[in-house]
Amino acid sequence: MIREMICVSCPIGCALRVELDDGGKVLSVSGNTCKRGEKYAIDECTNPVRMLTSTIRVNGGSLPVMPVKTSKPIPKGKMFDCMKAINNEVVDAPIKMGDVLISNVCDTGADIVATNEM
Amino acid sequence: MQKYDLVVIGGGPAGMAAALKAKECGVKKIIILERAATLGGILEQCIHAGFGLHYFGEELTGPEYAHRFIEQVEQTDIEVKVDTMVLEIRNGNIVVATNAVDGMLELHATAIILAMGCRERPRGALDIPGSRASGIMTAGTAQKYVNIDGYMPGKKIVILGSGDIGLIMARRMTLEGAKVEMVCELMPFSGGLQRNIVQCLEDMGIPLKLSCTVIQTHGIERLEGVTIANVDENRRPIPGTEQYVECDTLLLSVGLIPENELTRMAGIIIDPVTNGAVVDENRQTSRPGIFACGNVLQVHDLVDYVTAESQIAGEGAAAYIRNKPKGRNRYVSVKGRDGVRYVVPQNINENTDKDVKLYFRVADVFRNARIIVESDGKVLYNKKKPKLAPGEMEYVVIKADDIRALEKKELVVRLEVQQ
Ligand SMILES: Cc1cc2nc3c(=O)[nH]c(=O)nc-3n(C[C@H](O)[C@H](O)[C@H](O)COP(=O)(O)OP(=O)(O)OC[C@H]3O[C@@H](n4cnc5c(N)ncnc54)[C@H](O)[C@@H]3O)c2cc1C
Ligand code: SF4
Repeated sequence: MIREMICVSCPIGCALRVELDDGGKVLSVSGNTCKRGEKYAIDECTNPVRMLTSTIRVNGGSLPVMPVKTSKPIPKGKMFDCMKAINNEVVDAPIKMGDVLISNVCDTGADIVATNEM
Repeated sequence: MQKYDLVVIGGGPAGMAAALKAKECGVKKIIILERAATLGGILEQCIHAGFGLHYFGEELTGPEYAHRFIEQVEQTDIEVKVDTMVLEIRNGNIVVATNAVDGMLELHATAIILAMGCRERPRGALDIPGSRASGIMTAGTAQKYVNIDGYMPGKKIVILGSGDIGLIMARRMTLEGAKVEMVCELMPFSGGLQRNIVQCLEDMGIPLKLSCTVIQTHGIERLEGVTIANVDENRRPIPGTEQYVECDTLLLSVGLIPENELTRMAGIIIDPVTNGAVVDENRQTSRPGIFACGNVLQVHDLVDYVTAESQIAGEGAAAYIRNKPKGRNRYVSVKGRDGVRYVVPQNINENTDKDVKLYFRVADVFRNARIIVESDGKVLYNKKKPKLAPGEMEYVVIKADDIRALEKKELVVRLEVQQ
């Protein structure tokens, strides 16, 4: 089977062609300009993942919310669960960039970290 | 009057990179003037990831990318004044600004760098009939509400225009629990990056309706719905295709306009296509000593390119301050043709000693087109590209030797499309 997809690992957006066997195993990837494209194609066919970015409520900061991200890409299907976990949390200022605000969010192995300071 | 070697207007990624490069090139007295409360520009509200892949080789969020430059600025003796709005550039070398502490400021500058960024095209520029109900705003305004002020401006959303900000907000508001009904795009193709169509719309199951627009808004106090319709090849609504869509919020993502009021007032020549200044390869405008870079010069989709462009301007300004050149520059003019909408820089010094990157945008989606750069029939560059799209800025590099050797002082960038 052939699957066509756009690599989203960088803004260039290469058009990828992935050849799969009947068991869904990736046989070959073409169309990628760099190695990240191959990894993306394999992930996308076996376990699609995405970086999640959002904001978290802050107590005593200069602004009501603080931007955050997952420390690594998480399974696509867990994005909404992680959003819920983030929105149930309120953190206290001061916060530094890179501070871990929720560890191992929804058992994904990823942490929610601050991407600004306040 | 205070004297500076270099005054930088705007403290976004462009202003910071230009100031830092000028410092590195030995410029002594530099000041950055920024209207907002902090440095960082628009990046402070762009909390999504996707910045810095080219420049830092890692995927950063907007605030993280900005932070790296803010830290560098703090480590130098570059002065920064925030909450300071520049009102005017007088006589080409006096920057007039105002803030609550100093009142009016007049700074004498040997060189000036314009880095004011851009703003979003507002509703008024669109002319959609309907009431003045609340709930209609630009995608960037919604982005500020959600990401900085921490509240959701609506629950049921229609987005008009498939620019990147609109796509990013489609995902952001879906993640925060809103229902984004659709993104309508007037053109037969999206103006946004492919990756944003995949990550923001396809991932979230949001339909993208091409060749479709909003023809009317409904509701008196608050928006209650919009009427959409398909459009023909002349972008006119097709009768009979009207459809009512219930929504409480309409986000507009219909383009960005460089913020060039100061530039115009200073009498600097503006390119009617980019809406930014006409510049040479050092990003010097038609007024000697005044340089421009970043979104005020041309709308960029990648901050990495903004940084690269701004470093060129910083270096150019430093050379200007060092040499105080007199007399007119002799230029090779650069033009876009056959599907190339514009090229920056528009001029190149005849005797340039540096290779020059020509940045350009195309007018339509092209597959397997050749990019050709030529002068008077002589081809300097010829390469096939599998895909070119208006939403993605392209560049080609032309060698300094080739530019100096030109007989006719004109370069043309054009496309050759295979049928
Ligand atoms: C919503 C959105 C999403 C984006 N997503 C991405 C992405 O995923 N990846 C990517 O690489 N790039 C992205 N970009 C592009 C990138 O962020 C911009 O290209 C970049 O921020 C432009 O930098 P700038 O310094 O030219 O402008 P800005 O960041 O707009 O900075 C201009 C600054 O000048 C100040 N200013 C203006 N006028 C005056 C005045 N008269 N006096 C004093 N100060 C003034 C403003 O307050 C502002 O701080 C995105 C842009 C937007 C808007
Ligand atoms: S394959 Fe490499 S260059 Fe192409 S989009 Fe993916 S990351 Fe970017």
